[in-house]
Amino acid sequence: MDTAVTAKKKWWGGGYSPFNVSYGKLMMWYFLMSDAFTFGALLISYGTIRFMSTSWPDANDVFHAFPFMGHMNLPLVFVSLMTFILIMSSVTMVLAVHAGHTRDRNGVVKWLSWTIVGGAAFLACQAWEWTHLYHAGAWWGRNPFLNVDGTVASTNFTNFFFTITGFHGLHVTSGVVLNIVILANVLKGTYEQRGHYEMVEKVGLYWHFVDLVWVFVFTCFYLL
Amino acid sequence: MEHTHTAAAEHEQHGHSDAAVKTIWKTFWILLGITVVEIALAFLHLETGFPSRLVLNAIFLGLTVVKAFFIVAEFMHLRHEIKNLILTILIPLMLFVWFIIAFLADGDSWKNMRKDLAPGNPKAPAAVEAPHAHH
Repeated sequence: MDTAVTAKKKWWGGGYSPFNVSYGKLMMWYFLMSDAFTFGALLISYGTIRFMSTSWPDANDVFHAFPFMGHMNLPLVFVSLMTFILIMSSVTMVLAVHAGHTRDRNGVVKWLSWTIVGGAAFLACQAWEWTHLYHAGAWWGRNPFLNVDGTVASTNFTNFFFTITGFHGLHVTSGVVLNIVILANVLKGTYEQRGHYEMVEKVGLYWHFVDLVWVFVFTCFYLL
Repeated sequence: MEHTHTAAAEHEQHGHSDAAVKTIWKTFWILLGITVVEIALAFLHLETGFPSRLVLNAIFLGLTVVKAFFIVAEFMHLRHEIKNLILTILIPLMLFVWFIIAFLADGDSWKNMRKDLAPGNPKAPAAVEAPHAHH
Protein backbone atom coordinates (compact mmCIF):
# COMPACT_ATOMS: atom_id res chain seq x y z
CA MET A 1 0.00 0.00 0.00
CA ASP A 2 2.88 2.31 0.69
CA THR A 3 4.73 2.19 -2.54
CA ALA A 4 3.16 3.46 -5.70
CA VAL A 5 2.20 0.55 -7.92
CA THR A 6 3.39 0.97 -11.47
CA ALA A 7 2.87 -1.47 -14.27
CA LYS A 8 6.58 -1.88 -14.85
CA LYS A 9 7.53 -2.74 -11.29
CA LYS A 10 9.33 -6.11 -11.07
CA TRP A 11 7.54 -7.64 -8.08
CA TRP A 12 9.75 -10.71 -7.94
CA GLY A 13 13.03 -8.82 -8.46
CA GLY A 14 13.83 -8.71 -4.75
CA GLY A 15 14.28 -5.80 -2.41
CA TYR A 16 10.67 -5.56 -1.28
CA SER A 17 7.68 -7.77 -0.54
CA PRO A 18 6.30 -9.20 -3.79
CA PHE A 19 2.90 -8.98 -2.13
CA ASN A 20 3.29 -5.29 -1.25
CA VAL A 21 2.39 -5.94 2.40
CA SER A 22 4.52 -6.38 5.50
CA TYR A 23 5.58 -9.82 6.69
CA GLY A 24 3.18 -9.70 9.63
CA LYS A 25 0.14 -8.93 7.50
CA LEU A 26 1.02 -11.60 4.95
CA MET A 27 1.40 -14.21 7.71
CA MET A 28 -1.97 -13.15 9.15
CA TRP A 29 -3.50 -13.82 5.72
CA TYR A 30 -1.89 -17.27 5.57
CA PHE A 31 -3.01 -18.07 9.09
CA LEU A 32 -6.56 -17.06 8.19
CA MET A 33 -6.38 -19.22 5.07
CA SER A 34 -5.44 -22.26 7.18
CA ASP A 35 -8.19 -21.38 9.64
CA ALA A 36 -10.62 -21.19 6.72
CA PHE A 37 -9.70 -24.79 5.88
CA THR A 38 -10.35 -25.84 9.49
CA PHE A 39 -13.79 -24.26 9.50
CA GLY A 40 -14.38 -25.54 5.97
CA ALA A 41 -13.56 -29.08 7.07
CA LEU A 42 -16.00 -28.82 9.99
CA LEU A 43 -18.79 -27.37 7.86
CA ILE A 44 -18.26 -29.83 5.00
CA SER A 45 -18.32 -32.79 7.38
CA TYR A 46 -21.58 -31.37 8.77
CA GLY A 47 -22.89 -31.18 5.20
CA THR A 48 -21.79 -34.73 4.46
CA ILE A 49 -23.60 -36.10 7.53
CA ARG A 50 -26.68 -34.07 6.64
CA PHE A 51 -26.66 -35.43 3.11
CA MET A 52 -26.41 -39.02 4.39
CA SER A 53 -29.30 -38.56 6.82
CA THR A 54 -32.77 -39.48 5.61
CA SER A 55 -34.22 -36.63 7.69
CA TRP A 56 -32.96 -33.77 9.87
CA PRO A 57 -34.44 -31.41 12.52
CA ASP A 58 -35.97 -28.15 11.26
CA ALA A 59 -33.93 -25.13 12.39
CA ASN A 60 -37.12 -23.06 12.72
CA ASP A 61 -38.44 -25.48 15.33
CA VAL A 62 -35.18 -25.59 17.27
CA PHE A 63 -34.12 -21.94 17.29
CA HIS A 64 -37.31 -20.04 18.05
CA ALA A 65 -36.76 -18.52 21.49
CA PHE A 66 -35.88 -14.95 22.46
CA PRO A 67 -34.81 -13.70 25.93
CA PHE A 68 -37.68 -12.47 28.14
CA MET A 69 -40.26 -13.49 25.54
CA GLY A 70 -41.30 -16.67 27.32
CA HIS A 71 -42.72 -19.28 24.99
CA MET A 72 -43.43 -17.01 22.06
CA ASN A 73 -42.55 -18.66 18.77
CA LEU A 74 -39.96 -16.37 17.17
CA PRO A 75 -37.93 -18.39 14.68
CA LEU A 76 -34.73 -16.77 13.42
CA VAL A 77 -35.23 -13.52 15.33
CA PHE A 78 -32.57 -14.01 17.99
CA VAL A 79 -29.93 -15.26 15.56
CA SER A 80 -30.69 -12.29 13.31
CA LEU A 81 -29.88 -10.03 16.23
CA MET A 82 -26.59 -11.92 16.76
CA THR A 83 -25.76 -11.53 13.06
CA PHE A 84 -26.52 -7.83 13.20
CA ILE A 85 -24.26 -7.38 16.26
CA LEU A 86 -21.38 -9.14 14.53
CA ILE A 87 -21.73 -7.18 11.26
CA MET A 88 -21.90 -3.96 13.27
CA SER A 89 -18.75 -4.85 15.22
CA SER A 90 -17.02 -5.56 11.90
CA VAL A 91 -17.93 -2.05 10.74
CA THR A 92 -16.57 -0.45 13.93
CA MET A 93 -13.37 -2.49 13.39
CA VAL A 94 -12.85 -1.14 9.84
CA LEU A 95 -13.48 2.35 11.19
CA ALA A 96 -10.77 1.72 13.84
CA VAL A 97 -8.37 0.56 11.09
CA HIS A 98 -9.27 3.62 9.05
CA ALA A 99 -8.64 5.91 12.06
CA GLY A 100 -5.26 4.18 12.41
CA HIS A 101 -4.40 5.05 8.80
CA THR A 102 -4.95 8.72 9.51
CA ARG A 103 -3.02 8.43 12.82
CA ASP A 104 -6.14 9.46 14.72
CA ARG A 105 -5.46 7.88 18.10
CA ASN A 106 -8.73 8.92 19.75
CA GLY A 107 -10.64 7.52 16.79
CA VAL A 108 -8.85 4.17 17.14
CA VAL A 109 -9.65 4.07 20.86
CA LYS A 110 -13.32 4.90 20.25
CA TRP A 111 -13.96 2.42 17.44
CA LEU A 112 -11.86 -0.37 18.95
CA SER A 113 -13.79 -0.01 22.22
CA TRP A 114 -17.09 -0.35 20.34
CA THR A 115 -15.72 -3.44 18.60
CA ILE A 116 -14.93 -4.99 21.97
CA VAL A 117 -18.44 -4.14 23.19
CA GLY A 118 -19.91 -5.77 20.07
CA GLY A 119 -17.81 -8.91 20.51
CA ALA A 120 -18.81 -9.19 24.16
CA ALA A 121 -22.48 -8.67 23.24
CA PHE A 122 -22.27 -11.45 20.63
CA LEU A 123 -20.69 -13.81 23.18
CA ALA A 124 -23.39 -12.94 25.72
CA CYS A 125 -26.05 -13.81 23.11
CA GLN A 126 -24.36 -17.09 22.34
CA ALA A 127 -24.09 -17.93 26.04
CA TRP A 128 -27.82 -17.28 26.40
CA GLU A 129 -28.64 -19.44 23.37
CA TRP A 130 -26.48 -22.33 24.57
CA THR A 131 -28.01 -22.14 28.07
CA HIS A 132 -31.50 -22.11 26.59
CA LEU A 133 -30.77 -25.14 24.40
CA TYR A 134 -29.10 -26.93 27.32
CA HIS A 135 -32.23 -26.50 29.42
CA ALA A 136 -34.31 -27.75 26.51
CA GLY A 137 -32.30 -30.99 26.79
CA ALA A 138 -29.78 -30.44 23.99
CA TRP A 139 -26.06 -30.99 24.46
CA TRP A 140 -23.26 -33.03 22.92
CA GLY A 141 -24.65 -36.57 22.83
CA ARG A 142 -28.22 -35.50 23.61
CA ASN A 143 -30.80 -34.36 21.08
CA PRO A 144 -34.40 -33.75 22.15
CA PHE A 145 -35.50 -32.38 18.74
CA LEU A 146 -37.40 -34.53 16.27
CA ASN A 147 -36.65 -34.77 12.57
CA VAL A 148 -38.84 -32.90 10.10
CA ASP A 149 -40.57 -36.18 9.19
CA GLY A 150 -41.41 -36.85 12.88
CA THR A 151 -38.84 -39.60 13.44
CA VAL A 152 -36.37 -39.54 16.33
CA ALA A 153 -33.22 -37.67 15.29
CA SER A 154 -29.67 -38.84 15.93
CA THR A 155 -27.31 -36.74 18.04
CA ASN A 156 -25.46 -35.60 14.89
CA PHE A 157 -27.49 -32.40 14.82
CA THR A 158 -26.56 -31.24 18.33
CA ASN A 159 -22.98 -32.55 18.13
CA PHE A 160 -22.27 -30.51 15.01
CA PHE A 161 -24.16 -27.47 16.25
CA PHE A 162 -22.31 -27.23 19.55
CA THR A 163 -18.92 -28.13 18.08
CA ILE A 164 -19.03 -25.62 15.21
CA THR A 165 -20.72 -22.70 17.00
CA GLY A 166 -18.46 -23.45 19.98
CA PHE A 167 -15.33 -23.33 17.82
CA HIS A 168 -16.56 -20.09 16.29
CA GLY A 169 -17.33 -18.69 19.76
CA LEU A 170 -13.78 -19.59 20.80
CA HIS A 171 -12.52 -17.51 17.88
CA VAL A 172 -14.74 -14.59 18.92
CA THR A 173 -13.39 -14.91 22.46
CA SER A 174 -9.76 -14.82 21.35
CA GLY A 175 -10.63 -11.94 19.00
CA VAL A 176 -12.05 -9.94 21.91
CA VAL A 177 -8.91 -10.71 23.99
CA LEU A 178 -6.66 -9.59 21.10
CA ASN A 179 -8.70 -6.40 20.68
CA ILE A 180 -8.33 -5.65 24.39
CA VAL A 181 -4.55 -6.17 24.20
CA ILE A 182 -4.32 -3.87 21.17
CA LEU A 183 -6.51 -1.26 22.84
CA ALA A 184 -4.19 -1.31 25.87
CA ASN A 185 -1.22 -0.74 23.53
CA VAL A 186 -3.00 2.12 21.78
CA LEU A 187 -3.73 3.74 25.15
CA LYS A 188 -0.11 3.23 26.21
CA GLY A 189 1.03 4.98 23.03
CA THR A 190 2.99 1.97 21.67
CA TYR A 191 1.83 2.49 18.08
CA GLU A 192 2.22 6.27 18.27
CA GLN A 193 5.89 5.65 19.09
CA ARG A 194 6.20 3.03 16.38
CA GLY A 195 4.85 5.54 13.89
CA HIS A 196 2.00 3.40 12.51
CA TYR A 197 -1.08 1.47 13.59
CA GLU A 198 -0.52 -1.62 11.48
CA MET A 199 -1.17 -3.92 14.44
CA VAL A 200 -4.77 -2.68 14.42
CA GLU A 201 -5.01 -3.80 10.78
CA LYS A 202 -3.68 -7.29 11.55
CA VAL A 203 -6.10 -7.83 14.42
CA GLY A 204 -8.78 -6.28 12.21
CA LEU A 205 -8.17 -8.96 9.57
CA TYR A 206 -8.69 -11.63 12.22
CA TRP A 207 -11.87 -9.94 13.45
CA HIS A 208 -13.36 -9.73 9.94
CA PHE A 209 -12.52 -13.38 9.41
CA VAL A 210 -14.56 -14.25 12.50
CA ASP A 211 -17.46 -12.31 10.97
CA LEU A 212 -16.90 -14.10 7.66
CA VAL A 213 -17.11 -17.52 9.32
CA TRP A 214 -20.33 -16.48 11.06
CA VAL A 215 -21.88 -15.71 7.65
CA PHE A 216 -21.35 -19.36 6.71
CA VAL A 217 -22.36 -20.77 10.12
CA PHE A 218 -25.55 -18.67 10.00
CA THR A 219 -26.44 -20.02 6.56
CA CYS A 220 -25.56 -23.65 7.29
CA PHE A 221 -27.27 -24.00 10.68
CA TYR A 222 -30.10 -21.49 10.70
CA LEU A 223 -31.18 -20.96 7.09
CA LEU A 224 -30.60 -24.23 5.19
CA MET B 1 10.64 -5.28 7.11
CA GLU B 2 8.51 -2.93 9.18
CA HIS B 3 6.17 -0.86 7.23
CA THR B 4 6.52 2.87 7.30
CA HIS B 5 3.98 5.29 6.00
CA THR B 6 5.57 7.68 3.59
CA ALA B 7 4.43 11.27 3.48
CA ALA B 8 2.93 10.71 0.05
CA ALA B 9 0.90 7.71 1.19
CA GLU B 10 -0.36 9.62 4.22
CA HIS B 11 -1.37 12.51 2.06
CA GLU B 12 -3.22 10.19 -0.25
CA GLN B 13 -5.04 8.51 2.63
CA HIS B 14 -6.12 11.86 4.05
CA GLY B 15 -7.38 12.86 0.66
CA HIS B 16 -9.43 9.68 0.26
CA SER B 17 -10.60 9.65 3.85
CA ASP B 18 -14.21 10.56 3.28
CA ALA B 19 -14.52 8.22 0.32
CA ALA B 20 -13.14 5.34 2.42
CA VAL B 21 -15.63 5.93 5.24
CA LYS B 22 -18.42 6.14 2.68
CA THR B 23 -17.40 2.76 1.21
CA ILE B 24 -17.36 1.21 4.70
CA TRP B 25 -20.93 2.30 5.42
CA LYS B 26 -22.07 1.32 1.94
CA THR B 27 -20.67 -2.17 2.54
CA PHE B 28 -22.46 -2.28 5.89
CA TRP B 29 -25.82 -1.46 4.29
CA ILE B 30 -25.26 -4.07 1.59
CA LEU B 31 -24.49 -6.76 4.20
CA LEU B 32 -27.43 -5.75 6.35
CA GLY B 33 -29.74 -5.59 3.33
CA ILE B 34 -28.76 -9.08 2.18
CA THR B 35 -29.30 -10.48 5.69
CA VAL B 36 -32.75 -8.83 5.88
CA VAL B 37 -33.67 -10.31 2.49
CA GLU B 38 -32.53 -13.78 3.67
CA ILE B 39 -34.66 -13.57 6.81
CA ALA B 40 -37.64 -12.19 4.87
CA LEU B 41 -37.41 -15.10 2.41
CA ALA B 42 -37.17 -17.58 5.31
CA PHE B 43 -40.36 -16.14 6.83
CA LEU B 44 -42.09 -16.06 3.45
CA HIS B 45 -41.30 -19.77 3.10
CA LEU B 46 -42.54 -20.49 6.64
CA GLU B 47 -45.85 -18.71 6.02
CA THR B 48 -46.62 -19.64 2.44
CA GLY B 49 -44.32 -22.48 1.46
CA PHE B 50 -43.04 -20.32 -1.40
CA PRO B 51 -40.32 -20.39 -2.71
CA SER B 52 -39.73 -24.13 -2.59
CA ARG B 53 -37.02 -25.47 -0.29
CA LEU B 54 -34.66 -26.19 -3.20
CA VAL B 55 -34.96 -22.70 -4.73
CA LEU B 56 -34.72 -21.12 -1.29
CA ASN B 57 -31.50 -22.98 -0.43
CA ALA B 58 -29.96 -22.02 -3.75
CA ILE B 59 -30.79 -18.36 -3.08
CA PHE B 60 -29.37 -18.60 0.47
CA LEU B 61 -26.10 -20.10 -0.77
CA GLY B 62 -25.78 -17.49 -3.52
CA LEU B 63 -26.40 -14.62 -1.09
CA THR B 64 -23.90 -16.12 1.39
CA VAL B 65 -21.20 -16.04 -1.27
CA VAL B 66 -22.10 -12.41 -2.07
CA LYS B 67 -21.81 -11.47 1.61
CA ALA B 68 -18.48 -13.30 1.90
CA PHE B 69 -17.23 -11.39 -1.16
CA PHE B 70 -18.06 -8.00 0.38
CA ILE B 71 -16.48 -8.86 3.75
CA VAL B 72 -13.25 -10.12 2.17
CA ALA B 73 -13.06 -7.50 -0.59
CA GLU B 74 -13.97 -4.39 1.38
CA PHE B 75 -13.60 -5.02 5.11
CA MET B 76 -10.47 -7.15 4.73
CA HIS B 77 -9.37 -4.84 1.95
CA LEU B 78 -8.31 -7.69 -0.36
CA ARG B 79 -9.82 -6.03 -3.43
CA HIS B 80 -7.38 -3.15 -3.03
CA GLU B 81 -4.27 -5.32 -2.63
CA ILE B 82 -2.03 -6.23 -5.56
CA LYS B 83 -2.81 -9.23 -7.73
CA ASN B 84 0.04 -11.35 -6.28
CA LEU B 85 -1.52 -11.24 -2.82
CA ILE B 86 -5.07 -11.81 -4.06
CA LEU B 87 -4.01 -14.90 -6.01
CA THR B 88 -1.88 -16.41 -3.23
CA ILE B 89 -4.97 -16.32 -0.99
CA LEU B 90 -7.69 -17.29 -3.44
CA ILE B 91 -6.06 -20.06 -5.47
CA PRO B 92 -5.59 -22.47 -2.51
CA LEU B 93 -9.20 -21.80 -1.43
CA MET B 94 -10.39 -23.10 -4.80
CA LEU B 95 -9.80 -26.59 -3.35
CA PHE B 96 -13.10 -26.04 -1.55
CA VAL B 97 -14.99 -26.38 -4.83
CA TRP B 98 -13.89 -29.98 -5.13
CA PHE B 99 -14.17 -30.72 -1.39
CA ILE B 100 -17.81 -29.66 -1.38
CA ILE B 101 -18.74 -31.61 -4.52
CA ALA B 102 -16.87 -34.76 -3.44
CA PHE B 103 -17.96 -34.92 0.18
CA LEU B 104 -21.61 -34.04 -0.36
CA ALA B 105 -21.83 -36.58 -3.17
CA ASP B 106 -20.27 -39.11 -0.81
CA GLY B 107 -22.87 -38.35 1.85
CA ASP B 108 -25.65 -38.69 -0.68
CA SER B 109 -24.40 -42.04 -1.94
CA TRP B 110 -24.09 -43.24 1.67
CA LYS B 111 -27.73 -42.33 2.24
CA ASN B 112 -28.83 -44.21 -0.87
CA MET B 113 -26.90 -47.28 0.18
CA ARG B 114 -28.44 -47.17 3.66
CA LYS B 115 -31.91 -46.89 2.12
CA ASP B 116 -31.23 -49.85 -0.16
CA LEU B 117 -29.97 -51.97 2.71
CA ALA B 118 -32.72 -50.96 5.16
CA PRO B 119 -34.83 -53.88 6.50
CA GLY B 120 -37.16 -55.10 3.79
CA ASN B 121 -35.04 -53.65 0.99
CA PRO B 122 -34.62 -54.43 -1.76
CA LYS B 123 -37.84 -56.34 -2.22
CA ALA B 124 -37.42 -56.57 -5.95
CA PRO B 125 -34.46 -55.66 -8.11
CA ALA B 126 -36.53 -52.78 -9.53
CA ALA B 127 -36.80 -51.22 -6.04
CA VAL B 128 -33.16 -50.25 -6.19
CA GLU B 129 -33.83 -48.10 -9.22
CA ALA B 130 -36.95 -46.33 -7.93
CA PRO B 131 -36.07 -43.49 -5.55
CA HIS B 132 -39.39 -43.48 -3.68
CA ALA B 133 -39.80 -47.23 -3.43
CA HIS B 134 -39.39 -47.54 0.35
CA HIS B 135 -38.38 -45.54 3.36
